[in-house]
Amino acid sequence: MAFAPSSAPSASSPHGIHLPDTARELVKILVAGPFGVGKTTLIDSVSEIRPLHTEEHLSEASAEVDDLAGVRDKTTTTVAIDFGRLSLPGGVVLYLFGTPGQERFRALWDDIAHGALGALVLVDSRRIDASFGVLGLVEESGLPYAVAFNDFPDAPRHHGVQELRRALDLEPGTPMVTCDARDANSSIDALLALVDHLISRDPVEAR
Amino acid sequence: MTGRPAGRPLVPAYLSTGGVTRPSRPHMERLTVLALGGEPRPTGLPAAALALLDALEGGSLAVVEAAALLRLPVSAVRVLAADLVDRNLVLARAPIPPAERFDPDLLKRVADGLRALKRA
Repeated sequence: MAFAPSSAPSASSPHGIHLPDTARELVKILVAGPFGVGKTTLIDSVSEIRPLHTEEHLSEASAEVDDLAGVRDKTTTTVAIDFGRLSLPGGVVLYLFGTPGQERFRALWDDIAHGALGALVLVDSRRIDASFGVLGLVEESGLPYAVAFNDFPDAPRHHGVQELRRALDLEPGTPMVTCDARDANSSIDALLALVDHLISRDPVEAR
Repeated sequence: MTGRPAGRPLVPAYLSTGGVTRPSRPHMERLTVLALGGEPRPTGLPAAALALLDALEGGSLAVVEAAALLRLPVSAVRVLAADLVDRNLVLARAPIPPAERFDPDLLKRVADGLRALKRA
């Protein structure tokens, strides 16, 4: 998933990254979830540009409880935030930001979530509890959201819908879907579950 | 998540802005759209400012895209871009035109656009 140095995009030779002239509104949706749940896979499956990432610095406080694999230096802890882009017919450009959900990313979370339409929370049904933290952050931020179970091949099939909803403590109106993050249409369907939910919400409570 | 890109960035983040740490205008968001302003480049611009202007040669970019291309933190690009906007070297516009901020049709257009993208 990491960029090879030789193929990293460079400012002097843009690989079609510039915004189309038709771009009018730029909006964003958070693709939130724990490490390894498939955020980048989902973004990659639908993005028109190869997913890019920014290096974000974590606060000192968070560095002390750092458990990021591969990040050793406590004084320069960064996390890579992946994002992708879809230019939709009609002039809207939709950005997807892969957002980790741990409490220690709260300041970063608030910055990225600012102005977002909503969040698609990815859950791995083999480790549901890994998504509790991100659900807490989403709910505290007031961001409307939908839940998508990323359909891993070895995921358990015996969970019932109500059982899963109860385990995640979802409100009755919160959409819950299953998707294959590797498949573009499946990922778009999950995004549509969120956007249709946003449309159907009472306008009075909309932000 | 991806790992750190191989190789160090061209300019350390703390040097890229010439020591300025706060953007001179408040509303530089991740999705603020940056484009060249058309003024001729003065001499003496820091390397990171020149890199940002170079990145905008072919068209407009969101702040977050410029940050990814230049391998600089978003916060540094906010500061850089705001300075260049002050010098009329860069134009910045809000992600959503102010008149459409509360457009009730926006979500519907997102949904319609997503459905149109689905491959049969």
